[in-house]
Amino acid sequence: MNKRTKQRIAFAIFRLLSLAVVGILLWILGFIIYRGAGTISWEFLTTAPTDGMTGGGILPAIVGTLCLVAGSVVFAFPVGLMSGIYMNEYAGNGFVVKFIRVMTNNLGGIPSIVFGLFGMALFVNTFGFGDSIIAGSFTLGLLILPLIIRTTEEALKAIPQSFRSGSLALGASKFQTIVRVTLPMAFPNIVTGLILSIGRVSGETAPILFTVAAYFLPRLPHSIFDQVMALPYHLYVVATSGTNIEASRPIAYGTALTLILIVLLMNLLAGLLRKYFGGKVKTD
Amino acid sequence: MIETRNIDFYYGSFHALKNVSIRIEPHTVTAFIGPSGCGKSTFLRLFNRMNDLIENTSLTGECIVDGENIYNKSVQVDDLRKKVGMVFQKPNPFPKSIFENVAYGLRVNDVRDKAFIRQRVEESLVSAALWDEVKDKLKKSAFELSGGQQQRLCIARALAVSPSILLMDEPASALDPISTSKIEELIHILKQEYTIVIVTHNMQQAARVSDRTGFFMLGELVEYSDTKKMFLNPEKAETQNYITGRFG
Repeated sequence: MNKRTKQRIAFAIFRLLSLAVVGILLWILGFIIYRGAGTISWEFLTTAPTDGMTGGGILPAIVGTLCLVAGSVVFAFPVGLMSGIYMNEYAGNGFVVKFIRVMTNNLGGIPSIVFGLFGMALFVNTFGFGDSIIAGSFTLGLLILPLIIRTTEEALKAIPQSFRSGSLALGASKFQTIVRVTLPMAFPNIVTGLILSIGRVSGETAPILFTVAAYFLPRLPHSIFDQVMALPYHLYVVATSGTNIEASRPIAYGTALTLILIVLLMNLLAGLLRKYFGGKVKTD
Repeated sequence: MIETRNIDFYYGSFHALKNVSIRIEPHTVTAFIGPSGCGKSTFLRLFNRMNDLIENTSLTGECIVDGENIYNKSVQVDDLRKKVGMVFQKPNPFPKSIFENVAYGLRVNDVRDKAFIRQRVEESLVSAALWDEVKDKLKKSAFELSGGQQQRLCIARALAVSPSILLMDEPASALDPISTSKIEELIHILKQEYTIVIVTHNMQQAARVSDRTGFFMLGELVEYSDTKKMFLNPEKAETQNYITGRFG
């Protein structure tokens, strides 16, 4: 077989596999939309569940998931951003930084159920928050912290040294250089990390199981110390605990579709944010 | 005025500068030439302590700017860099507007007076021979300028904080011939107000723009004299070989 034929066959296989991935994604999406679209209505999105979760809507779960996304990002984003800045801009390449980096990566590799148990022990019990939005947000925040640190670090690493030199040579301090030049340039890529985190937080079930998620709580939360329902857990509950499967199945698919749409919407929003900042700092 | 006494500089264990002593007079243009890796850029970056940014380096000897050893503990490096401006090899404007690029040095040095900033920006752009080309688009991104214009913008940016010394590290090596000659004309004019030290790998450029020239080889300052003398009648055989193009 000559080298051109080999190349053609290799590329054909690569292309086929790439397309297969897209195919699977479309299949999942299509399936969920096909089964769930009929359920989604204004009423479904704006009312609480009724009739033992075989009727009504999923508003409390939507609100709960949004609260958890916002809460975990509010906690993890500043912490992750500042750690990432410290590690890439200040800390050099000594033993301590290498240690922190290894530990951060390890944190990212811990199964999410372990985070759930840890969050319950620390936030729910030791801190006495009880099952609450704040306990769940902290737990989810810990989960996405490594991701945010790593993307911040990578984003800063991608900024050419010449911009830092240019700023420092004008008498700017290191901190001014970061705030005024490096960070704005890195921001679009940092936002990408944020998007990934949001997707992750919206879909996680294990970490909220013991820290915030309510089985059935058909009202909206009053404070951050309140429990909430959340979409992924609600999906699990509806799909597994009901006795009237025919009645709860459409609700399960509707919930899945809503979850996907929320993640999609947030990605879209973050994309716009990214474009806005990216437009301001275009480099070439 | 800049003066160095017995400078030795190391990158790790690599001996990059060997016992370099030099005196640079105010309002002159001094060029450093020499083959790649000879230490000329390293030497230039000593004067505004840009080498501090590189890890694992060490220095002995004195580097005196305006009567003070700039490596003394009492010297604040950001104050030094206000006094000793720098233009880099590749134009490196910030991803900001033309105006904000020039105003940057003032803003980071806590200048708040808007009228003063506007005035300094204009003066600096005029000094850098860029004002006429950009005065109607100060709000536009600096990246919309050509490479030569970007480099003059970087010169204006350096001038805005009123330095007395301007370091130029191969400022025209990334530019076309026309932009290069504009930068060289500019150096001639700026020398009346500033002390200029320029590193170049282009010997004709050194001959065209400088009053004095230092020739570096393997970390040593082989010869340092008036540019005319250096190019017409060098003292050392190595200098003669280099400027006649036998190596490098």
